[in-house]
Amino acid sequence: MSEPVPSTVTPSAPASAPASAPASGPASAPAGIDPRGPRFGAALTAVLLVGVLLLGTSAAATALLAVVAAGFALGVAFGVGGTWQGVLFRKVVRPRLAPPTELEDPRPPRFAQLVGLVVTGVGLVLALVGVSAAVPVAAAFALVAAFLNAVFGLCLGCELYLLGVRLRARA
Amino acid sequence: MGRVLLVVAVLVLATGLGLWWRARNGRFTAVDPRVVADAEHTPTTGDETRLTAAEIGAPLGSRVTFVQMSSAVCTPCRRTHAVLTQVAAEHEGVSHVELDVEEHLDLVRRFHVMRTPTTLLVDAHGVVVGRLSGATDRRHALAALASCLDGSNPGGSCPDGVLPR
Repeated sequence: MSEPVPSTVTPSAPASAPASAPASGPASAPAGIDPRGPRFGAALTAVLLVGVLLLGTSAAATALLAVVAAGFALGVAFGVGGTWQGVLFRKVVRPRLAPPTELEDPRPPRFAQLVGLVVTGVGLVLALVGVSAAVPVAAAFALVAAFLNAVFGLCLGCELYLLGVRLRARA
Repeated sequence: MGRVLLVVAVLVLATGLGLWWRARNGRFTAVDPRVVADAEHTPTTGDETRLTAAEIGAPLGSRVTFVQMSSAVCTPCRRTHAVLTQVAAEHEGVSHVELDVEEHLDLVRRFHVMRTPTTLLVDAHGVVVGRLSGATDRRHALAALASCLDGSNPGGSCPDGVLPR
C-alpha cells in the first residue's frame, strides 16, 4: 500500500539517457502470446453471438449462448490459448501469418474472458430460471464487447480492471 | 426481420462506441489554467493539484514529468511506456516515471484514475497541468508537451512555471 518504490523508473538524464528501454513488466510476467489470437477469437465469438441474437428467445439460442459461455470458461481456466478459438488460431491461422511484431501479456485477454463469462453466465442463469429475455440481452452486451475487441482492439482489462481493484480495496 | 434489425442496431451501436473510444483515447486534456495558476501560488501537498518527488519515488523533470499509471493486465501500457521513454530521452528536462496502480492506490484515488494507462503531466514544481487518458502514441505525447511548454496556456506553462510572479 505505502510502497514508495515505483515499479519502473526512467528519469531521463540529460542526453545520456538510453534512447528506449524495453517495456519491462512485473518480474513474474508470464510468457507473451500473439496479440492477434485474442482478436481472432473475439471475432469468432462475435459471429456466434450474432447467431444467438438471430435465434431470439428459443431453446437453440440458450444452447448457443451456453457454447459461448463454455468457451469463456475455458479462457478463464486455461488462458485465451486454451479456448477452442485459441486452438483454431494456433493450428490453422497463425501458420499462415507472418510472425508477430510484438507479444502480449496473456493476463489482459484472460481478464476479458472473465468479463465475458460473467455477462453470458448471468444471462444463462436467468434463462434457466425462466427469464428468457435475458438471453438476447446478455448476447447483445457480450457482442458489443467482442466486436469492440475484434475490430477496435479495445482492451477490457484496461477499462475495467482498475475499477475492480478500487472496489476490492474499498471493501 | 426484427432480429436482423436488432443485430444491425447492436453492431451500429458498437461501431459508434468504438469510434468514440478511439478518437478520445490517449488525447491530452489540460487542467483548467486557473486551477494550475492557483496551485503554483499555494504550495500545498496531498491534494489533486500536485505531486511530489517523494510521492512518485523519483525526481521530477526540470521541465515536465510524465507520470504514467499502469497495470499488469494492460497491453497498451507497454506501448505507452516505450513512447514516453523515447519522448523523454529526446527532450531536455523531460522525464518519465511509471507507477503500478496496485502499489499506488492512494494516488489512483486522489487523481480519480479510472483506467490504465493514465498519464499525468506534472510541471517542474509538481503541479499537475494535464493528463493523457488511455493508450498514448507519439503524436499525443508531443501535443501534450507542446501545449505545456509553449506558454500559450498562461497558467500551465511548464518551463519555469509562473512562480513567483
